Amino acid sequence: MSLETSSSLGRDAWLRLRANRMSMISLFILIGIAFVSIFGPALSSYDYDQQNLDRVFESPGKDHIFGTDNLGRDLFARTTYGGRISLAVGLLATVVSLVIGVSYGMFSGYIGGRIDTWMMRAVDVLYALPFTIFVILLMVLFGRNFLLLFIAIGAVEWLTMARITRAQTMNLKKSEFIEAARALGYSHGRILFRHLLPNLIGPIIVYATLTVPAVMLLEAVLSFLGLGIQAPMSSWGSLIKEGAEKMDAAPWLLLFPGIFFCLSLFALNFLGDGLRDALDPKSSKD
Amino acid sequence: MPSIQNRPRTKIMGNLDIQNLKVSFHTREGIIHAVDGVDLSIKPGEIVGLVGESGSGKSVTCNSVLKLLPVPPARIEKGQIEWSGKDLIDHDEQNMQAIRGKEISMIFQDPMSCLNPYLSVLEQVAEPLVIHGMASLEDARKQASEMLVNVGVQRVVDHPHAYPHEFSGGMRQRAMIAMALVTKPSLLLADEPTTALDVTVQAKVLSILKTLCTDLGVSVLFVSHDLGLVAELADRVVVMYRGKVVEQNHTGSIFSNPQHPYVKALIACRPTLESNPVRLPTVDDFMNPKTGKEQALEKLVAPSLNLDSQETLLQVENLVVEFPTEDGPVRAVDGASLMIRKGSTHGLVGESGSGKTTLGRSILHLAQLMSGSILYQGKPINLDHPDDRSKFRKSMQIIFQDPYASLNPRLTIEQTLLEPMKVHGIGSSRKERIERVINLLEEVGLGEEYLHRYPHEFSGGQRQRICVARALTTEPEFIVCDECVSAMDVSVQAQVLNLLRSLQASRNLTYLFISHDLGVVKFMSDEISVMQNGKIVENGLADDLYRSPKSDYTRKLLNSIPLANRSANFQINRPSV
Repeated sequence: MSLETSSSLGRDAWLRLRANRMSMISLFILIGIAFVSIFGPALSSYDYDQQNLDRVFESPGKDHIFGTDNLGRDLFARTTYGGRISLAVGLLATVVSLVIGVSYGMFSGYIGGRIDTWMMRAVDVLYALPFTIFVILLMVLFGRNFLLLFIAIGAVEWLTMARITRAQTMNLKKSEFIEAARALGYSHGRILFRHLLPNLIGPIIVYATLTVPAVMLLEAVLSFLGLGIQAPMSSWGSLIKEGAEKMDAAPWLLLFPGIFFCLSLFALNFLGDGLRDALDPKSSKD
Repeated sequence: MPSIQNRPRTKIMGNLDIQNLKVSFHTREGIIHAVDGVDLSIKPGEIVGLVGESGSGKSVTCNSVLKLLPVPPARIEKGQIEWSGKDLIDHDEQNMQAIRGKEISMIFQDPMSCLNPYLSVLEQVAEPLVIHGMASLEDARKQASEMLVNVGVQRVVDHPHAYPHEFSGGMRQRAMIAMALVTKPSLLLADEPTTALDVTVQAKVLSILKTLCTDLGVSVLFVSHDLGLVAELADRVVVMYRGKVVEQNHTGSIFSNPQHPYVKALIACRPTLESNPVRLPTVDDFMNPKTGKEQALEKLVAPSLNLDSQETLLQVENLVVEFPTEDGPVRAVDGASLMIRKGSTHGLVGESGSGKTTLGRSILHLAQLMSGSILYQGKPINLDHPDDRSKFRKSMQIIFQDPYASLNPRLTIEQTLLEPMKVHGIGSSRKERIERVINLLEEVGLGEEYLHRYPHEFSGGQRQRICVARALTTEPEFIVCDECVSAMDVSVQAQVLNLLRSLQASRNLTYLFISHDLGVVKFMSDEISVMQNGKIVENGLADDLYRSPKSDYTRKLLNSIPLANRSANFQINRPSV
């Protein structure tokens, strides 16, 4: 159904995105970080969980370019390995929350009336559930599982997305081009996906770029509580947490994962801004 | 009206003299010369009308007097704005603040957003006096209350704590006038102060404005797009076109003897109550020599349709539409009945809130009906069965008021126009559909080159043409035109009206033409219904209704139309200042 939209709007959007220098730099940075995360652990001569108690807290040098931690593990291997998990959690959980949140919010806002009221009360109830208890419950029910982490985080983050989408949908629903679509006899599905959804892209992208860092941090909190990633596995969140504790003794433990984390967040935000502008036909073509 | 106590106060009898003013806007797309060398002067006590269409630079000129332009992107390039011996362009912000509201005040267009909703009306009207140190708080409240009574907002006497939301649009605009005049300024800048109001309210507000300004000796710069309206109160009229003043003269002379082709066009292209040409003249006709054929059409009186011979296309009986609100249901349409004949145009007139738009939407089943019946070609409309639904949606269409909001901003014109055909299975192949789209675009006066553009790349008039083309994609018989020219300049309005008329003739369309503008409705319609408070108060042939209105409400509506807009041979006899 949306093939036609994507062919022309997509092509225009790509042209506009290419013209935006900050977005293109960000895109390359992200690709670079993803590349390092995927191939970095293999390139390193150390494994991420290989301990060497003779060489603990070694500062960055020739052997260990990022230094070592309290157990003598190579920080480069740990940071790049952690990147896999952080990026995967960040992006996948965000996609999960987007899919659930946008469809739920759009549906609720479009239908309106009593169904909308009940759907939003359900969101309120879920908001009130303590997040950690919810995750513990999931873990108890389904056992500890990497995939479950994505779903658990995504299943919590979608609530705000649903509210934002609903509010936007209710606004757009009243606009005359939606009414014109009804007068022309379009089906509800068509109106929702072809006419409403593309006009929601702006706020969705902005919120998505905010969700990715939030999700990465949540993963760190979960790991800290022993619900997420378990040592010796690593993620940026957990590395930063460990690093922060040993900041006085070994600042590089905080510095390197921190740089990676910040750099990807900056890049994501700029890319998000660029995407939002690129997908808006109103922004100038050149 | 109670007389105004003239307190002894040294008053600057201001003399505004704008010379060679140039204002430009520096945007990403380039430099726009909004005002390009304007000369304008206002003598003390004079009322000057500044007329032009949107984008002509009239509001920018007005705003630059008080330096209220957004800087950047706006920049005053050149010129002088002399106010009682001082050049305002050299004034810094602090000096300007001493002038704003004290010597020169301003009234804005939208009464709904010009008052702060969190402060009481009395407080806001008193505020300028306090700020400029002209009165103590108590005294200011007293003067404000007097001024509000003068403009006819009696409510503040009993309810000094009333907030803006408790007032209607007309009352709020009166409060704005009181706020601007409470300091007894020497000059009042009024930027389209009555455009957002209904005709009857507009007439009242104008007369108050005129009486007060004459009594207080305030000179006025009245900015408007409506030449007829300006003629009601201005001593002198200045006409702007594309950033330049093209003509200025006494109001009487402008109408009796316009010089510039654009001014001639402005006077000619507005439909009046008396004439009924087949085609309205447009600005283009005056700026470029026109063909003899079109000229002939303008002289030709439109033949009146023999209505009795036409079969009934649509019959509406006792329609009731209610909207639920927190204070219980509100009846937007309250037992309305009308009959629309095939091939005719049925006009529907009324003020805002009269239920005319809701009636139009409920005929298309875009609003839920409570009771009553709608018969289309003698049969009730059934939306339950998909085949019937598709047939109904194909044969009835709607064109909305705001051409900016009624096109999906993320679809190209081609996609917008192809979609209805695809949904309804019109045309067998994509190629055939695109051909039809191109034909439609040409029919509404646009070319093939516009296919791959997005709505924001078009002007308002072009967008409305696209909306007309979209309505025609399904080959409908019946189209509801809901205030479809209300947001447009008179020159663009004339073009769209001509288009709608010629399409009606070539495609045998039936229109329900909804508008608050009686002149426009008169031009378009064969029959007219007048609506008030959800009820139809009068029904009849267009000519009869205008010549001998039966209901008081219709008479009131007709009397509220500015004189210049009633007749093409308008003459003004007013002593010049």
